Amino acid sequence: MRRRLAADAALLAVAAAFAAPLVWLVLASVDREATLRTDVPSPPTGGNFSAVWNEEMTFTPMVNSLLLCGGAAAVTVCCAALAAYPLSRYRSRLVRPYLLTVLFTTCLPITAIMIPVYGLFVQVELIDTRYGTALFLAASELPFAIWLMKNFMDAVPVSLEEAAWTDGASWFRTLTAVVLPLMAPGVGVVTVYCFIMMWGNFFVPFMLLLSPDLMPASVTIFTFFGNYGSVVYGQLAAFSILYSTPVVLLYVIVARRLGGGFALGGAVKG
Amino acid sequence: MTGAGLRTAPRRRPLRWLPLAPATVLLLLFLGGPICYCVYLALTDMRLTGSSSTSFVGLDNFRRAFGDPDFRNAVVLTLVFTIVSSVIGQNTLGLALAVLMRRASRPVRILTGAVVIAAWVLPEIVAGFLLYAFFRREGTLNAVLDQLGLPAQNWLFTLPILAVSFANVWRGTAFSMLVYSAALDAVPKEVEEAAEVDGASGVRRLWYVTLPVIRRAIGTNLMLNTLQTLSVFGLIWAMTRGGPGNRSQTLPVFMYDQAFLKSLIGYGTAIALLLLLVGAVFATVYLRLLREETR
Repeated sequence: MRRRLAADAALLAVAAAFAAPLVWLVLASVDREATLRTDVPSPPTGGNFSAVWNEEMTFTPMVNSLLLCGGAAAVTVCCAALAAYPLSRYRSRLVRPYLLTVLFTTCLPITAIMIPVYGLFVQVELIDTRYGTALFLAASELPFAIWLMKNFMDAVPVSLEEAAWTDGASWFRTLTAVVLPLMAPGVGVVTVYCFIMMWGNFFVPFMLLLSPDLMPASVTIFTFFGNYGSVVYGQLAAFSILYSTPVVLLYVIVARRLGGGFALGGAVKG
Repeated sequence: MTGAGLRTAPRRRPLRWLPLAPATVLLLLFLGGPICYCVYLALTDMRLTGSSSTSFVGLDNFRRAFGDPDFRNAVVLTLVFTIVSSVIGQNTLGLALAVLMRRASRPVRILTGAVVIAAWVLPEIVAGFLLYAFFRREGTLNAVLDQLGLPAQNWLFTLPILAVSFANVWRGTAFSMLVYSAALDAVPKEVEEAAEVDGASGVRRLWYVTLPVIRRAIGTNLMLNTLQTLSVFGLIWAMTRGGPGNRSQTLPVFMYDQAFLKSLIGYGTAIALLLLLVGAVFATVYLRLLREETR
């Protein structure tokens, strides 16, 4: 009992520390005259939300984000599922080097290769196209997706596929009809993880997209910074909340359906 | 890697590796290609300003980097940032949270988990703004310190590298917490109970029994944390722009500064390659440790 109280107290202290920056966000979003100071607004107002709640400031960027990240996440998950199958099922001396290369690639600072990528995109006329940017985002998230997917797939016993193999099923049928349904939670985790990471990615769309009407929310958030150092903090906070809501909701849904902990931990145990 | 039963896999040998193709093509086109181009650029003196006259300069950029006090400053800051925020902060705090959560009551567990994970799920730019607001002179941290009777500081000016390190702990701890929660769930109950019967205290049990059992999770988590932290850019950029001066300028920020703001593409990519090298060294060390421990 004493142990439980001690653990509770320690966790509550950590939770308070983690919540402190979030409190500013919530309070500032309903404050007419928000500053960087955490103040309780009097009276609270919905004005900041209604100020940004329009096509130009919120809807278009959000739809752009959705198309960009949704498309990219779909490509990533399909490619990762396909790639994970042979890596998990077949033996070869090349599997380990391949996986290690993939793992090294996850540590690539994407910022570093944006210079050549920009050059490449100009050359092949993919610059300022949504699908080009989505493909690059997909590639940048792919290494970790393959790694996760392979670990989830390893947890599905091979014995279940042997029946299908004896019946002469192709690898594609085995993968789609036996393996993937069994690891549906894992596929969900990979999809949501990729989507969340892409949704928050600022630098890639900032470099590769030029037209204002293609910009996702992660880039348009900078329009809240005035040209002369004047920042409308209330609107910035309101927009940040709107922009963050989809990924938070998505996370909550997946975490609830798959049980606690997002099941991510199980997949990276190595 | 899965064990027996692999002999019965479909036999058409070359074709069975076909599923690897889409991912491999994508990776080669969009990551492999640019990396090779990176290597080439790093050996040139390309600049954004002033056209045409790009020439091959061999290892000059690297030589220049090692003689550049700003580069050495960035290396030191990157090491501080990585060790403080990733190896010590995210990793230890994540483990502590996971351990405490097993003892805590359900509502506290859910509340703490939700807050910590919210910090992780928020987009990087939003997190950057939040922590900028938090550490500012008029921000929440000083308000709290003031209540406690402690002196206020301009944190982003006096201790910028620690401020961004704490920001990274705030943002990244959830990942370690999730990994360790799952790892602890997988520890057999009997192992811990046996140690308890033998009279081992909580800390000793953790150190001598639990940690060795989950060492693989520790290794993987450390590696992923470290590599992710090495390439953190948006968070630092949003909070300090690498400043004041260059006192929070880690390698990614330094590289961006050189390549895009000073237009020294060649020099910037050389630094990017060195950063990749540092990542590779970290990854190799962890993998080596993992392999030796499983032997």
